[in-house]
Amino acid sequence: MAREDYIGVGVIRNDAVEKVTGAARYAADLKFSGMLYAKLLRSEHAHARIRRIDTTKAQNVPGVKAVVTGKDFPNRMGLYLKDRTPYAIDKVRYYGEPVAGIAAESLEIAEEALKFIEVEYEELPPVLDLREAIKPGAPLVHPDLHTYEIGPAFFPIPHTNISNHFRIRKGDVEKGFAEADLIFEDEYYVPHIQHSPIEPHAAIALYDRQGKLTIWACSQSPFAMRNILANSLNWPMNRVRVIAPYVGGGFGGKAGLNVEATLVPLALKCRNSPIKLVCTREEEFRDTFVRQGMLCRLKTGVKANGRIIAQEFEMYWDGGAFTEYGVNVTRAAGYSSSGVYDIPNMKTDSYCVYTNKPVGGPLRGFGHSENHWAMEQQIDQIAHKMGIDPVEFRRINLQRDGSRNATGQVLSNPGIGQCLERTAELIGWEEVSGPGVIEPGVKKVRAKGIACMTKAPAMPNDAASSAVVKLNDDGTVSLSIGAQELGQGAFTVLAQILAHELGVRYEDIKIQPIDTDYSAYEWQTVASRITYSCGRAVKAAAKDARRQVLAHGARYFGVPVEDIEIAESRVFVKSKPDRSVPIGTFSLGVTLPDFSGYGGPVIGRGTFIPEGITAMNEETGQSEKPVANWTYGTQAVEIELDVETGKIRVLKVAAVYDAGRVINPVTAATQVEGGVVQGISIGLLEEMKFNEEGKLLNPSYVDYKILTAADMPDELLISFVEVPQEDGPYGARGIGEHVMVPTPPAIANALYNAAGIRMKTLPMTSEKVYWALKERLSASVR
Amino acid sequence: MLHNIEMTVNGELVKAKVPSHMRLLDFLREELDLIGAKEGCGKGECGACTVLVEGKAVNSCLMLAVEASGKEVLTVEGLSEGDSLDPIQQSIIDNSALQCGYCTPGMVMSAKGLLLRNPSPTRDEVVEAISGNLCRCTGYARVVDAIMQVAASSKSQDEGSEG
Repeated sequence: MAREDYIGVGVIRNDAVEKVTGAARYAADLKFSGMLYAKLLRSEHAHARIRRIDTTKAQNVPGVKAVVTGKDFPNRMGLYLKDRTPYAIDKVRYYGEPVAGIAAESLEIAEEALKFIEVEYEELPPVLDLREAIKPGAPLVHPDLHTYEIGPAFFPIPHTNISNHFRIRKGDVEKGFAEADLIFEDEYYVPHIQHSPIEPHAAIALYDRQGKLTIWACSQSPFAMRNILANSLNWPMNRVRVIAPYVGGGFGGKAGLNVEATLVPLALKCRNSPIKLVCTREEEFRDTFVRQGMLCRLKTGVKANGRIIAQEFEMYWDGGAFTEYGVNVTRAAGYSSSGVYDIPNMKTDSYCVYTNKPVGGPLRGFGHSENHWAMEQQIDQIAHKMGIDPVEFRRINLQRDGSRNATGQVLSNPGIGQCLERTAELIGWEEVSGPGVIEPGVKKVRAKGIACMTKAPAMPNDAASSAVVKLNDDGTVSLSIGAQELGQGAFTVLAQILAHELGVRYEDIKIQPIDTDYSAYEWQTVASRITYSCGRAVKAAAKDARRQVLAHGARYFGVPVEDIEIAESRVFVKSKPDRSVPIGTFSLGVTLPDFSGYGGPVIGRGTFIPEGITAMNEETGQSEKPVANWTYGTQAVEIELDVETGKIRVLKVAAVYDAGRVINPVTAATQVEGGVVQGISIGLLEEMKFNEEGKLLNPSYVDYKILTAADMPDELLISFVEVPQEDGPYGARGIGEHVMVPTPPAIANALYNAAGIRMKTLPMTSEKVYWALKERLSASVR
Repeated sequence: MLHNIEMTVNGELVKAKVPSHMRLLDFLREELDLIGAKEGCGKGECGACTVLVEGKAVNSCLMLAVEASGKEVLTVEGLSEGDSLDPIQQSIIDNSALQCGYCTPGMVMSAKGLLLRNPSPTRDEVVEAISGNLCRCTGYARVVDAIMQVAASSKSQDEGSEG
């Protein structure tokens, strides 16, 4: 009997049957007796003072149980910066901000009663343009910013709209530019976009007679949600409980605390009545986290030999009305601002800016899709200008063993070189020189483009994981974790790790749904950190349980512990394998031949926290180890451009990521597939459009398109590099977010190689490409 | 105003009194507790609420419960019996063609509707059949593969029986 190897094996997902049969329950599927339904009245101005708000008439609508406004819950909350209240107080800061909430016996009554709330606004000049927002004298979105509580890694500029200013100062950037033979300077822009999970946000809140607040929510972050809520309520944490069933797609939008907060004041008023809120698609687009827009200026100095010698990077983030989470996006994009390159002299300034727009927050890629949009295009622009093939130019400048990244951290054997070479090979890269030229009469043109990326988990240094393994009487295993299954396959991979370490059958493991009262602690299911961090905790818990089972086995069989092994859920004597019993024999301890008991139930515990991460210097952003790890990757695309319509079709994608160690090749591949398609979607289609009053114009799938089955690439070539992560389980590190980061710049680079046009603003819609093509053709005629 | 309706849902006759404006989706989810069909947009844009009415895939958020009266409705719950899954469901599992699972019931029902009317579709026809089912996780390719495999195996079975 041998222990089955579950690492590197594509086992079937453990959530699959539930999900294909429609049996899986999500937050919106939950129903309780006596349940009330909530609806929110939302602001119809981007920036306005609330002069008067009268809820009396709404209160009197039959069936209405409670109406709340900002004054019912004035405590500020937030993950990194406490700048937010569930409902607007005194003034509204974006078109859509909750102004009042209603709990009623039915959804229809709640909806109807909204009409009876009277609000009188005094309009204020909205801050909608980033460039205006940072000017001295601009209207302030948060005049009291200087009084807000904020985490230690963030640096707001008081009495401005800037809620965080992150800086990198590395080497001597002025000297670097003075020594440069060529200097390039460009502006790039990415618009606001939406995560757009198919499951809209849903939550139920109950304030019970024990004085306990329970929230059922589609949440990537049950423990962080508990923390933020208990903190803002100023309650002991054991009075707040978060239960989180399966999440129907997160992508960052269900991290932290979000729409759930609006239920809290309602629940406090309607004691013992569960209250349910489900976002409409319109609300999902506008009133949950969105990805911040970003405007940047990137300046790069290069030596004649092709070496980058200096870089100056200014990023301005359109953070929206509240930046409680968004400040960390701007920080992360700042410390990764060298991308995958070895740049000796750097100056980076990343500014998080308040505007009167929807609330910016985390979205898959966490700032890296945005900064790489700039970096990975300019790299191509420089290469073309210098007459060097873009792949070769990257080779010259890539980070290598011993290179220092933007934070000054010395890198050990980064996998990017291998990723680049393999990607070039997979896509069949041919040397590119100069812009693509469209010959007269040609209707369709094909070209390839490439882009690299790197990203680290952006998290506080106490972002910890834990796991508890319980052996049941019959030998099946229950795993208690706080990591969430968002579709990425976390439950599958973590069960594989447990099966592998403990020696039990994968099919015999069940993962308990997350309940902060009973589940082991997890910071949040974000930052592509679960396989890495929770994986380590599960591995440790499995080892702990294994140690107990082995000791019980030794006692039972009367042999030394070294002679005991566990495999396929059986415990046996290594030297006499026919002496074997099911592992369940020891679940509750050992019953010895004389029927006396010994030991006790097997419970394994494991914890993990990345060690040795130190704070970055406030002035320079320098640190020997600023983050837990860096994941590298490269993508190349082949596109077909329809010259007559400007439509880009992505035909083929090659994607290579350094996963350290692939635990499940199937779920890893499916992450890449989904990420690439999301990347294409963001590259070609997605943009939240606002009018001059700050109203979102396209909060629906008709007006905000995402990629459908009809728009898929024909071919997707996926491969993994495995440079082990020293402290990852079996060497693994995360890839979940990374996989969508380089897609848009790879497409943009292919577009230039196809037609000689450079798109510096996302998305690359047919219309924009069409006009750019027209302009280029008429310029070449002149 | 309330209406008496009567329909077959997953093979069982259901009688109820419902208001005129009640959507079929709400009738299934709220009255019958069939939660497999999901509401993703409420406007017929995402396909998460897809069920079969008289064998045809419809967005149940765009159909009133009264419109389905007298008809045969099949939801994802009606596809499996105990541990035995519909070949489409099994193929989705075997191909790892699901992630968060929220679009999956709708995707499965669109596929079912297609294969009922066209047991051997081309790849393009499969793509077209699910192009109204939005998915943010998978990138679609595996879903198409999964449906194609079911079509191929039913085709080879047919050919086998003919021979």
